[in-house]
Amino acid sequence: MSRLAPGHRGCAGCCDAMAANFVLEAIGDDAIVINPTGCLEVMTTPYPESAWEVPWIHSLFENAAAVATGVEAALRALGRKGDTKVVAMGGDGGTLDIGMQAISGAFERGDDITYVCIDNEAYMNTGVQRSGATPFNASTTTSPPGSQSFGNPRPKKNMPAIMAAHGSPYVATTSISYPKEMMRKVKKAVGIEGPTYIHAHAPCTTGWRFDTSKTVEIGKLAVETALWPMYEQEEGEITKVRKVKQPKPVEDYLKAQGRFKHLFTMEGGDEAIAKIQAIADWNIKHYGLE
Amino acid sequence: MTGKMTVVEGSYAVAHAVKICRPNVISAYPITPQTHIVEDLSQFMADGEIPNCEYINVESEFSAISTLVGASAVGARTYSSTTSQGLELMHEVLFNVSGMRLPIVMTVANRAVSAPINIWNDHQDSISQRDTGWMQLYAEDPQEAADMTAQAYRVAEDKDIMLPAMVCMDGFILSHVYEPVILLEQELTDEYLPGFEPEHILDPAKPKTFGAFADPSTYTEFRYLQQKGMDAALEKIENAADDFNKIFGRYYGGLIDTYEAEDAEILLFAMGSVVGTIKDVIDRARTEGVKVGLVKVRAFRPFPVEAIRKVVKDASVIVTLDKNISLGLNEGALCTEVKSCLYNTDINIPVIGFLLGHGGRDIPRRNIRMIIDKAKQVIRSGVTIESEYADLRGELI
Amino acid sequence: MKITIGGVVEPGTTRANKTGGWRNFKPLYHKDKCIKCGLCSMLCPDSSVHEQEDKYVIFDFDFCKGCGICANECPKDAIEMVLEEK
Ligand SMILES: Cc1ncc(C[n+]2csc(CCOP(=O)(O)OP(=O)(O)O)c2C)c(N)n1
Ligand code: SF4
Ligand SMILES: [Mg+2]
Repeated sequence: MSRLAPGHRGCAGCCDAMAANFVLEAIGDDAIVINPTGCLEVMTTPYPESAWEVPWIHSLFENAAAVATGVEAALRALGRKGDTKVVAMGGDGGTLDIGMQAISGAFERGDDITYVCIDNEAYMNTGVQRSGATPFNASTTTSPPGSQSFGNPRPKKNMPAIMAAHGSPYVATTSISYPKEMMRKVKKAVGIEGPTYIHAHAPCTTGWRFDTSKTVEIGKLAVETALWPMYEQEEGEITKVRKVKQPKPVEDYLKAQGRFKHLFTMEGGDEAIAKIQAIADWNIKHYGLE
Repeated sequence: MTGKMTVVEGSYAVAHAVKICRPNVISAYPITPQTHIVEDLSQFMADGEIPNCEYINVESEFSAISTLVGASAVGARTYSSTTSQGLELMHEVLFNVSGMRLPIVMTVANRAVSAPINIWNDHQDSISQRDTGWMQLYAEDPQEAADMTAQAYRVAEDKDIMLPAMVCMDGFILSHVYEPVILLEQELTDEYLPGFEPEHILDPAKPKTFGAFADPSTYTEFRYLQQKGMDAALEKIENAADDFNKIFGRYYGGLIDTYEAEDAEILLFAMGSVVGTIKDVIDRARTEGVKVGLVKVRAFRPFPVEAIRKVVKDASVIVTLDKNISLGLNEGALCTEVKSCLYNTDINIPVIGFLLGHGGRDIPRRNIRMIIDKAKQVIRSGVTIESEYADLRGELI
Repeated sequence: MKITIGGVVEPGTTRANKTGGWRNFKPLYHKDKCIKCGLCSMLCPDSSVHEQEDKYVIFDFDFCKGCGICANECPKDAIEMVLEEK
């Protein structure tokens, strides 16, 4: 059972380290991991050290999916494929912003890879700048609130839907706060032939500004407020949804994090919060969470 | 010379050579004038003619070269081909490939860069990738481009080198020309080119980490070792050409080749297909008693500093012909580099640079002749001239 | 140390870097309350909570950064974060 070796430089309470551990436990030792540039990559491989116990490669920020394609193709060409799983795991930026073209290409081609997006909702490695996965009204270093702004002006890009639209046989959303469930989904994904996609919500203590002990707690709140719907989609159809009994108001989630603090002090913050509640309500209806 | 001549397109000769080199993963994205190479390879794949090989139809050049990063790290012999915009799009990955010491071989069907968009030949595309840590070899004709492919794998995959290589061939002029060539024979090539057996691979049985980050305490040494690899490649490129000659009976020079250079007062420097035209002009000029010769630069990276110092010693003037320009310096790369390798030596020969053939502009013999005449004048007057265009249409500006 | 060509690295070698020094708080284990669910060990971002044969856990203070996730998530409050005395 491999996990990241200790001694890596992730922050205390790091969500990326947790995500990587769950993926590693799920896929086992017969795997090759591809990592784009980002926190996980930087914190685990300061030369001459590595926290990885499986074969691992990092090339650049935007090409992890293409590198994974090449790894998989080479294994086949050389007759070494066997049961070896080819798994890319990258941050939200490396996946759905700058890595979008490469992942789209790999999924359109139907390459036999699994891609896990570890979504901590901003570019953490470079100091918490906004990404296409940053939620509506969150404060980041490039979407700060001010007299003309409540923070990030756009809702999250719906990456799982985009990947499902590529015809992926298996797309699932999950969260590091539900490790058993996350491992089950990753295991399922690597067991299916073709390009499979896991989108894991991952609360970052540093970027979201909460205490290092709360990483799991915050992730649960995202699910319990219906801001992070968890579901599985097979061959295009949503086949399983994690129900949320009596969703909590989004305030419970927002007030626990520094990145939303401004919404509770700024004039007009109530309305801004109401818009976030509307996103949760839409999720409840759209995914049938209740 | 072994083998029988067949008339084929230059692109076919190269694609065929790639096939014979037994690649495991090919990944490319179409762009004029590289297209025929990848189309021919696709046909070979469709006909089951390349064993143990996967061809990946990617969505961009960026992904083409990125897939090969993964494939090469797994231990596959890898190939790509591109040009111009495609090569520029690869730029970031090219550094990554050489830094990770992955011996990918790629044909560049040289073409001008946009804007204005232009699909015809010059060398601006590959020259712009000079410092990416790839070896760069330039072919004179389709036969050499094909044979150079095998030579490139030999050098790139050598355990003392482990650096990627670009085989540069002039777009259209070489890629689309039909010429008699001897197609690489499988048996001879197998004898010439051993299998690719890298020391480290991505393998679950022996897990290794590829692509760690290096802080200031080690980064310099990584770069230094890359340069050492380039240094070592100088001799290996010569050896690869010599050994190729032994097995196939064909030789085009090692790092450089020379033509009528021995007693030449005027020594022209050029790369690629223009070399053929220059040889014709030299033949004519020699009959008129002009002591002119040629240095064909085959290896632009690593740059053959010592070989050049040796060959120019007795010349009176050096003339460089460049199908590229460093804007802001008004010189082509050959001009700059030849100059720089003569500095701090006791060689003191004027170097005059000419820019020509950009964006596919034809290079007629009379232009080369005019350049030779200018060189003669420099010798006579003792006054050198700055780098200039040799084929500017003054009426347009 | 000699530089490896291409920067290839051996697995699991971050173990040379003891991160225990980062800690401000340290977990104090109340074994009597522990129900051996293994959650703390599973969640630890630094793989520093080890389940033993008897399913009780021990903490690896060479690496524990003191994040407190184990204490926060323990369903039985069997882990308490106390100030690290340096
Ligand atoms: C082409 C390129 N642009 C920008 C960067 C700088 N950069 C490195 S990591 C990173 C952000 C990573 O964000 P994400 O993928 O979300 O991973 P995280 O660090 O948040 O886990 C950025 C912007 C880069 N390395 N390469
Ligand atoms: S910034 Fe966030 S993702 Fe990055 S190492 Fe720290 S906790 Fe992990
Ligand atoms: Mg991120």
